[in-house]
Amino acid sequence: MALIATINPLLTTGWFKGDAGWSLKDYEARGGYAQLKRILSTKMTQDDLIAEVKKSVLRGRGGAGFPTGLKWSFMPKAAPEKYVVCNTDEGEPGTFKDRDLMRFDPHSVIEGMIIAGYAVGAKLGYNYIHGEIFEIYQRFEEALDQARAAGYLGNNILGSDFSFDLFAHHGWGAYICGEETGLLESIEGKKGQPRYKPPFPANFGLYGKPTTINNTETFAAIPFILGMGGEAYLNLGKPNNGGTKLFSVSGHVNRPGNYEVPMGTPFAKLLEMAGGMRGGRKLKAVIPGGSSAPVLPADVMMDCTMDYDSIAKAGSMLGSGAVIVMDETVCMVKALERLSYFYYEESCGQCTPCREGSGWLYRVVHRIEHGEGRAEDLDLLNRVTDNMMGKTICALADAAAFPVRSFIKHFKSEFEYHIENKKCLVDPEIQRAGSGFFKVGAA
Amino acid sequence: MNNQYDMLSPEALRKIDREVAKYPADQKQSAVMAALVIAQDEKGWLPKETIAAVASYLGMAPIAAYEVASFYNMYDLQPVGKYKLTVCTNLPCALSGGVHAADYVKEKLGIDFNETTADGKFTLKEGECMGACGDAPVMLVNNKRMCSFMLPEQIDKLLAECE
Repeated sequence: MALIATINPLLTTGWFKGDAGWSLKDYEARGGYAQLKRILSTKMTQDDLIAEVKKSVLRGRGGAGFPTGLKWSFMPKAAPEKYVVCNTDEGEPGTFKDRDLMRFDPHSVIEGMIIAGYAVGAKLGYNYIHGEIFEIYQRFEEALDQARAAGYLGNNILGSDFSFDLFAHHGWGAYICGEETGLLESIEGKKGQPRYKPPFPANFGLYGKPTTINNTETFAAIPFILGMGGEAYLNLGKPNNGGTKLFSVSGHVNRPGNYEVPMGTPFAKLLEMAGGMRGGRKLKAVIPGGSSAPVLPADVMMDCTMDYDSIAKAGSMLGSGAVIVMDETVCMVKALERLSYFYYEESCGQCTPCREGSGWLYRVVHRIEHGEGRAEDLDLLNRVTDNMMGKTICALADAAAFPVRSFIKHFKSEFEYHIENKKCLVDPEIQRAGSGFFKVGAA
Repeated sequence: MNNQYDMLSPEALRKIDREVAKYPADQKQSAVMAALVIAQDEKGWLPKETIAAVASYLGMAPIAAYEVASFYNMYDLQPVGKYKLTVCTNLPCALSGGVHAADYVKEKLGIDFNETTADGKFTLKEGECMGACGDAPVMLVNNKRMCSFMLPEQIDKLLAECE
């Protein structure tokens, strides 16, 4: 899916030529690697570089929204062996921005990672790429070869005394590896089971060494931030929510796809950019930040702006910027059943509350959806989530719990109707028509 | 057995060496995921002996490689058809026809998820999020080829292409 519309394109400046604009010469022609050259030729200090990133108030684009400059500053200066790792294990249902970033502009990610390596004093980096996007992994390998041949990677980059090399690590189908310590375990050649934190990766990361791990979009933003200056980048967005952000809009809109807009853009504007509601139907609900974020009803969402603070105030999370749009043809019980199955399937199994709880959630929602729900089931679901949230090593248990709690909170009457009437409030034929898979009038 | 990795072709071993070279010299195990993919590509699936061969080549315990092979969804620990089709049915895809696409394939091939057609040509799997929700319905062919916007016509075309 090539780019359809943006406001103030930054990250997507290289996307307009689709698959014809990703290579090194295209990237250089639009000013690529100029920031790396400037840093090396002026011998910019690590402190100045990190200070500039801090000024931009760039917050982690993978979902947690942690300030990037601050994260970099946690890296111990004296450690001899350090790593930079990029998290392109994009498996959060609804999120597909990093795939397009890597497809249309892989060198922006590479330049961002090299600069990060310089800032934290690392000599080696890995980009962990989601298993299901093999073609993107291949392209990234090709982009790495180009960068290496041009002297941007390897020993004494561009004749400086800075050396940094970068490799791609291909995942093979495990949502949990999007969790940063699970990802590190996976690079080490193990099951991707998350580690206890603390110690955080800045102290004990890849191979037990200090490691900075950021999302793909975060790294890609770095060259642009340095090009325009941290303050100018911040001012593109709103206070405490710097810059522009990619939003992956999926579901019941006319033009699903990625849209880059400044932080603080009204949701209504984003919806309009995505072509509005499919078939002119009515908006019912939106999951604003990937499947792990609480769902919001239409009226609440229409009042939100797209930034960390506004969405948090409305009771959800901006997360990875995955906006899942649902119209009136959706049965909320069936929608939740599918999400609950996902967490049950993807729980890594090491913590009992998550391993067992995710199964309980799925089975109970499943029986409600299939007309076997019991009067006490909604309380039961909420009690199970109480026993999961905050009680596990990583946040997957919370991610499984948030949809359940929010779906029940905002759409309780639909769940109750299912339990009492053993059928759905939304007519099955209407549900069937909603997907757009069948041509109108076809059987 | 020390030398059981001779069941992998010299070409596969060369590819594995290329992966090993990405990591620090004392971290060969980091290449196990890639090595298992290379072995799976060569054998069609991953019998236990093949997993053990990969482990032996990388100097790991066989159980450590088996843990990896059984943890990640895209390793096939059972034989699969010549074409493994994985259809994403997760919510964002389902909103744009993912489940209907899977139903359509099931009906056309006469098999359910986790089944293989009698002629051994197709295996159907239910997939989790492939990170391409804007292209829904999406499908993977043999783990590596992603097919976007799979409406009935496109599915017909894909199935006809698979010889």
